[in-house]
Parts: sequence; C-alpha cells; structure tokens
Amino acid sequence: MAYEPQADFGTPEVLSETSVTLTIDGRAVTVPAGTSVMRAAAVSGGSIPKLCATDNVAAFGSCRMCLVEVDGMRGTPASCTTPAAEGMVVRTQTPRLEKLRRGVMELYISDHPLDCLTCSANNDCELQDTAAQVGLRDVCFGYDGANHLAMPVDSSNPYFDFDPSKCIACSRCVRACDEVQGTLALTIDGRGFASKVSAGQASDDFLSSECVSCGACVQACPTATLQEKAVKEIGKPERAVITTCAYCGVGCTFRAEMRGQQLVRMVPWKDGKANHGHSCVKGRFAWGYAQHKDRITRPMIRETIDQPWREVSWDEALSFTAGRLNAIKVQYGARALGGITSSRCTNEETFLVQKLVRAGFGSNNVDTCARVCHSPTGYGLKTTFGTSAGTQDFDSVMDADVILVIGANPTDAHPVFASRMKRRLRQGAKLIVIDPRRIDLVRSPHIEAAHHLALQPGTNVAVLTAMAYVIVTEGLADEVFIGERCDADEYADWARFVADPRHSPEVLEVVTRVPAADLRAAARLYATGGNAAIYYGLGVTEHSQGSSTVMAIANLAMATGNIGRRGVGVNPLRGQNNVQGACDMGSFPHELSGYRHISDTATRSLFEQDWGVTLDAEPGLRIPNMLDAALDGSFRALYVQGEDILQSDPNTHHVAAGLKAMELVIVHDLFLNETANYAHVFLPGSTFLEKDGTFTNAERRIQLVRKVMEPANGYADWEVTQELAKAMGLGWNYTHPREIMDEVARLTPSFAGVSFERLEQQGSLQWPVNEAHPDGSPIMHVDGFVRGKGRFVVTDYVPTDEKTGPRYPLLLTTGRILSQYNVGAQTRRTENTVWHEEDLLEIHPTDAENRGLNDGDWVRLASRTGETTLRAHVTDRVAPGVVYTTFHHPATQANVVTTEFSDWATNCPEYKVTAVQVMASNGPTDWQESYASWSEKSRRIAVEPAE
Amino acid sequence: MDIARLTTMANQIARNLAAQGDEAAIAATAQHIRDFWDPRMKAAIIASDRTTLEPIARAAVERLKS
Repeated sequence: MAYEPQADFGTPEVLSETSVTLTIDGRAVTVPAGTSVMRAAAVSGGSIPKLCATDNVAAFGSCRMCLVEVDGMRGTPASCTTPAAEGMVVRTQTPRLEKLRRGVMELYISDHPLDCLTCSANNDCELQDTAAQVGLRDVCFGYDGANHLAMPVDSSNPYFDFDPSKCIACSRCVRACDEVQGTLALTIDGRGFASKVSAGQASDDFLSSECVSCGACVQACPTATLQEKAVKEIGKPERAVITTCAYCGVGCTFRAEMRGQQLVRMVPWKDGKANHGHSCVKGRFAWGYAQHKDRITRPMIRETIDQPWREVSWDEALSFTAGRLNAIKVQYGARALGGITSSRCTNEETFLVQKLVRAGFGSNNVDTCARVCHSPTGYGLKTTFGTSAGTQDFDSVMDADVILVIGANPTDAHPVFASRMKRRLRQGAKLIVIDPRRIDLVRSPHIEAAHHLALQPGTNVAVLTAMAYVIVTEGLADEVFIGERCDADEYADWARFVADPRHSPEVLEVVTRVPAADLRAAARLYATGGNAAIYYGLGVTEHSQGSSTVMAIANLAMATGNIGRRGVGVNPLRGQNNVQGACDMGSFPHELSGYRHISDTATRSLFEQDWGVTLDAEPGLRIPNMLDAALDGSFRALYVQGEDILQSDPNTHHVAAGLKAMELVIVHDLFLNETANYAHVFLPGSTFLEKDGTFTNAERRIQLVRKVMEPANGYADWEVTQELAKAMGLGWNYTHPREIMDEVARLTPSFAGVSFERLEQQGSLQWPVNEAHPDGSPIMHVDGFVRGKGRFVVTDYVPTDEKTGPRYPLLLTTGRILSQYNVGAQTRRTENTVWHEEDLLEIHPTDAENRGLNDGDWVRLASRTGETTLRAHVTDRVAPGVVYTTFHHPATQANVVTTEFSDWATNCPEYKVTAVQVMASNGPTDWQESYASWSEKSRRIAVEPAE
Repeated sequence: MDIARLTTMANQIARNLAAQGDEAAIAATAQHIRDFWDPRMKAAIIASDRTTLEPIARAAVERLKS
C-alpha cells in the first residue's frame, strides 16, 4: 500500500457495554460510553487538531490545541479529556476556536526551527500538519525571544536521535515510556520554560539511561525530536507492508516502511493483535543483519570440511547435494539421513523440510530447535490437557489477579508481552516470581513481586510439589472444577501423593532453599487470589525434569480451577518466532503435523495417500540421538535449515564430533554460522523480509509474513527446499506458500480452517481453527479439555545427576539478554552490540571475593565437559553459589561448558544446571584458540582465477 | 549407539515414572521407549546385557522384546 501514517484516533479505545450518541459538527455519532469527544470526532471522520494526544496513551490535556465548544458547557474544553455524553452537541470549528488554536500554535512555532524543507520529518510531521490545519500564517511573537533552538542533539542511541531543539514538551514520549513500555526512563525535567525531556539524571544521555530502546517514544513523537536515524539518512518511506517479526515468540506485527527495495523503518502495527502497536529494540530496530556484508548469497560446496568453499551455481549445488543424499541412502539406508527444521522459518518452509525428510529421505529423522527449548512443553501439556500449546491469548493477562512467573524473564526475552504484564501489575495484580535470579520483574518502577522464591537451580518440581502440598492439605483445591473437568481417580492419586508430609515446604526447604513460610504464602496467594495465571519459560523446560515441571504446573492450574477462562491458564513463553509453528508442522521425529503420532496407522495413511509414498511407522532420531548415531556410523547426512546447532546445543565438543563424523552436512542459512564450519554444502537462505508465509506465535496465533523485498540469494527458503526435493526426484510443484498451507489444512484437523485468504481477511487466527471453532480459539479448554478429562500426573522430585562438589562447587545457569537473540547470528550483526558486545559471567560478590575476582576480570569457567573464558560481572542478582551467563557469542561458546544431561522425557538439555568452577584467567582457553583458528580456516572461500 | 547413553536414558525415564508404582512404571517406561526411541536405539538397548539398568528399566526393556 502507498505510504500513509497509521490512523490516530487521539485517545485510546474504550470498551463498554453501553453506548452514547452525540452530535459533532452536525453529524450524529454513536460511541462506547467513556469515549472522548476527540475520538468520537475521529470515528465520525472528523479531525480535531491535536499535539499532545495520541491513541496509545491516556489523554493528557496539555497542548490546548483540541479545544471544542459544547452546548451547555462553559468555556472551550479540551476534547481529549472530555468524555462524550448522550445528547451532547459539539462544534469543533468556530471563529473563537480558530483564534485560540492559532494563538497556541504561534507560541509553539516561535520556539521551533523553521527548517521544514530540510527537516527529516518534512511531510510526516504532526506539528507541520497541525500548523496547516489551524491556518498559521504568521507568528506575532517573532523568533528573537528566548528559545531552545541551540540545544545539542543527543545521538548516543544507535538507532534514533533526540533533538531537543524541535521538542514541544508535549510529554507523549514520557507517557509512552510510562504507559506503553512501562520502563519509566523518561521524564520532563524542570518547570515552565525550562521544561525539557530528560532520560533520567541530568548527566544521562539516552544510551546511558534506563531506556530500553523499544521505540515507543519515537513512535509517539509528533515532531522530528525523536526520530530514527534511518529516516534521516534515507528519507520518508513511500510504501508500507504489514508483516510479522522474526525474533521472539510474541509475534509482533509491523509495518515495514519502504523506499523502493530499501527498508527505511519497522513501525509496530497498531492493529497487531499480539503487540497492539508496541515493539522492542530487536523487532523495531535490529533488522540490519538482512543486508549485512557477512551474508552469503551464492551456493557453495566442498568435498571435505578442511577445503575452502567453492561458489557454484544453484544447479550444481543442488545436483551435488541430491547426488550425495541419494548415494548415502542407497549405501546406508534411509535411516542414515535426517534434517532439522528451523523455528525462524515459516510454517510452510518447516512443513516442507519435514516432508522432504519423511517422503524424500524416507526416514522420520527430523527434529527442530524446540528439542533444546520447549519440547517438554509439548510433552507435558499434551499429557495433561491433550494439546501441546499454551492455553491463553496474551490479552488474557489483563484479567489476571495473580501472575506467577516461573523460569522466565519476560522483560528480556519477551519484552512486548512483558510490557502488557507490567501494565496489569501496575493496575494491582499480584506477582509471584520463582527464579534463582532476581530478574527485573522482582522489583522495578511501580512493580514489586509479592513473593520471590529464589530456589536452588534444579528444584522446580520440589517447589511446585510443595505448593501443591499446601493447596491440598489446607483445603484450597477447587473441588467443583476438579469434579466436573478432571479424572477423579487420577486426582485422588495425585492429591494423596502431594499430601505426603515429605512434600511439605518445611521438609523440602533443605532441598529448594526456599523459606517454607514464603512458599506457603505464595501457594495460598496463587490458590485464593482470584484469577491466577502461570507464565513460564526455559527455566522450567531446560532441566532434567523439564517435562515433569510442565506437568506439575498443569496440575496446579487444574487443582485450583485456573483453566478455561480469561485471566488464568498455563502459558509457555516460546522462545523463537515460529517455534510453536515448527512444532505444529510435524517437526518432531515421532509426530506428524498436529501432534499425531507417526505410529498411528490412520494418520499415517492420510499422509501416505496425499504424498503418494509409504512412510516409516517408527519414530526417528532426536538431534542428540542423531549426533550419537553419527559417531557410531549409522547416521551419515544432515540437512539443517536456519539453525546453528554447534553454538546452540549442549556440549559443543560432542556436537562438533558428531558433525565431523557425517559424510554430508548441508547448511541452509543466511550466514556461514558455526555449524557451517563442519558443512559440505552451503545453501544461502532468505530473511523474513524476502518471503511470503506464516509464523505462529506463543498464543497459537497464525499470522502472515509478507515479502517486502526480493531475496538477495534469489530464492525464498521454501523454494530452495523444493528445488532440492526435485533434484532428488520428488515431483513437487508449489507455486506459492499458500498452496503449502492448503496442504497443511487438508492434512491437519487443528488447521482445517486456515488459509491465506482467511488470514488476509481476519488478520490472524489462533488454532484450532476447524468446524467446532471456525474463527479460532483465543482461550483453550473452555468447556472441557482437548483430551476429555484433565489428567493429573504424579511428578516426583528426582534430583539431577549433575552434582556440585569440591572441584565444581558452583551451579551455572544460562539465558538471554534483551538486546540479543539466541546464538546472536542476527543481533550480533546489528548495532545491538552496543548493549552487549560479549557474554559476561554474573557472579555473586561473596563468590567473587572468595576467588579474588573483581568486576570486569577475565575468568575461566570450567565444568566436567569443557571450559571457556569470559569477563566477570559481580552482582547480587544471582544468589551465592549460582553463576549465570548468556550464549550469544561464538567467541565464548557457553555450550562448551554445558553437559548432555537432559529432560527424561524429551532429551531437552539441562542448560540451567551445570556444576562449574570459576577462577581468574589471563587469556582464552586452548579450545577457544584452536576453535578460532579452525573457524577461520573453515570459512575460506576459494577465489576464482581471473580469466 | 552408545549403550551407556541409552542406559542412562532408560534409567532416567524409569526413575521419573517410578512414583506410579512398579507395575505401572514398568508399563509406562516400555511405552515411552516404544513411542520415542528410534529403532536402532531400541535394538541396541534390547541387545545390551542390561546389567546397569535399574529394575524398572530392566523389566521395561524386557517387555520391549515382545
């Protein structure tokens, strides 16, 4: 569509069961009760001049530009703060109003640069538009008085500038930071003429302040005061395309605002149902990787991994790859081949990769990154509720009275949802945090957790069982809900189990290190505090008891009746943008799309008839099993689309050995990632900006991804997979991803009603979308569980085999940071490195002092598996005995240290518990040095001789 | 396949299901292995001497043979 700013109704939408009808400039308008006159006018097609009002923050009433006349009311009230009333008669344009507005505008312009033609906001400036609206022709005050025109520009933020000379002190940025983002980093400093927007203390610039660079202030600014550097450099966009973010599982929708093939900026889309017009620093700004110089756009092959890469044509690359795959299949059998789908690629691309493995390779050796993140969610929620996904939409949190966050750090990993959660907390909802670290949510502006249970890593099940003990033994269970909705015998078994005195908080305190009184209080609050919702992340799943913890969470929700309505539920915060979709599409080795077991004859027959092949009825290998099988010679070839298992998976040495043992490793990616160091074929990938398709977010919301520019490599990823399938002899002929989604819908009951056409019409759909739920399912298990009766599962606490001891006395837990994403392949290639240029090791002051370590020191982090070096950050965010780091940088490779202990049910790695020692260091480890050398050698690309 | 690894996996499954009681745990462990293990993994654990398998896991693997 041609470029138009997003519609701005001036004040937020009001939801009300009653409506009022008023007359504005002679037109009758009916709006929900409580709607402002300004919004009512906008709804009716009018436009009252405004400067301090915008529809994503509450009305402020300061600029005096939106004055109106109302019959029966004295003076000229501000339309933004005046609620519409039944029978009200409003005039928005009269000689008196014209004179008042023009006078106000003259004051504004008397202290504003008159550089419109060279201003970066020219023709995209609300101040300029409003000056035109009010007919400003002269400024009677002149321009020689005291002014702010010489104030310096703050260019410290890598993505936007703050030019106070253009500020009109409307407070929209301050209010956006408060109300939309919830960080409260900005303020209006001073009074009267001295008023100015300030990022915290006087000494702070934007970069050094608490600003999290979400962009809400930039979006709210009506002038060029806060503006993207890209707009200054490139100019005003000429068209906009709605698409879906390719970072975390929140699934924000954006307007990709373009000039030609050049992306100017990503602006959060107000109608996006996951983000409602908000964004984070990654989705809003960190898209520069798409055009980064490191990007590989030509296919490459090599015979052995110690050779340099050789650039070849697509035909040669595909022929080479298919020939090798077919030869390995003939020699070693179909089960020697496998693939890994990408949670960063679209549903359609993921579906094709698993189809290629099952129908083309002839095995079920397909897996996905959920193996190392939320596979326990799939197992646990399917076992207890009957389906492998969260129960709520994100908006549900606004109806929660108690929010329990366990093993998740939403402000860093799911920041846009965290902003909404924080809004609910500021409204008064109570917060329980169960986490070894003092995450930001525990205490931040206007938010304080009622309970922070800082448990010993690895004891989630013990904590949740102790909470269940309190609920059952104190008679806090919802017997009516349980009686109607759950299996009675299984509940009785579970209740008897958890009520055993060995599960009391007092007995388990020695294991969990959570004071029994705190745990009892938290359990009582969860059970009796009204609508209680649980949100969890990888701190739940990435344990040896990840699946047990998910089931223990489900048990608690069922026991207290907190399932099946708004404000409650069990909500996994999924990590990658399409990890939910990748799982839905049949990426696990034991399941076809829609979570149906491969051994089910009826399901398998459906696919066999549609695809015209016979499928293997046995489950395939999971990623860690593939690596094991490679070492024994029974697994020989791997196709990896959009994942970097060498950096992301545990025990890097083992991953490297497995990859090295394979005859053929095909990496299909944007960059020569770490896994590509062991690859024989590199197929260049495309970014989310270069393809059509769909992503499914953590609330099961399927949203369209739209191509905004041509792929730099020439093909979308689904096309590359299709060409590889053709080269192997498969007769695929998809001409657009919508045809792939039609196939998914044809074969998958929960997607039966999904099509690109419906997604275009509806904006998004939350599965299941079928005959019973034609418009999708924002809340699941409303009238009954998908499996019928909810199943209580006994979850005994089984301590991990990973033990601390004299050699490795500390526990390492790993995670991510706001500015970086997963292995950092994308975010490290953006200006986000300003905030996190290296992985750091958080260590408690006591542990640091015992080792003679100071903040910023180089330290050696060693486990039974391996060792690496990084800098220490001494902080009491972590408890004594616990250290924490991120895994964003290959120079550190935190997974050299993590072990292969994993979840008992799914083999999800136990990233959150590794016994380690930390000591002073004076340089990189031998491994780091040898890997850096190997990596440099492996990335060589042969230079073709000049003709 | 690395039999030590498979043994660890089987024992871990059995330990986490043990609270169901021996008979149910044996059946559940066997079913879990049937549902989630690749054929070569099943074959390897069945073919192993099983001396390091714990009782529930050993009984479950015994059932896999049938």
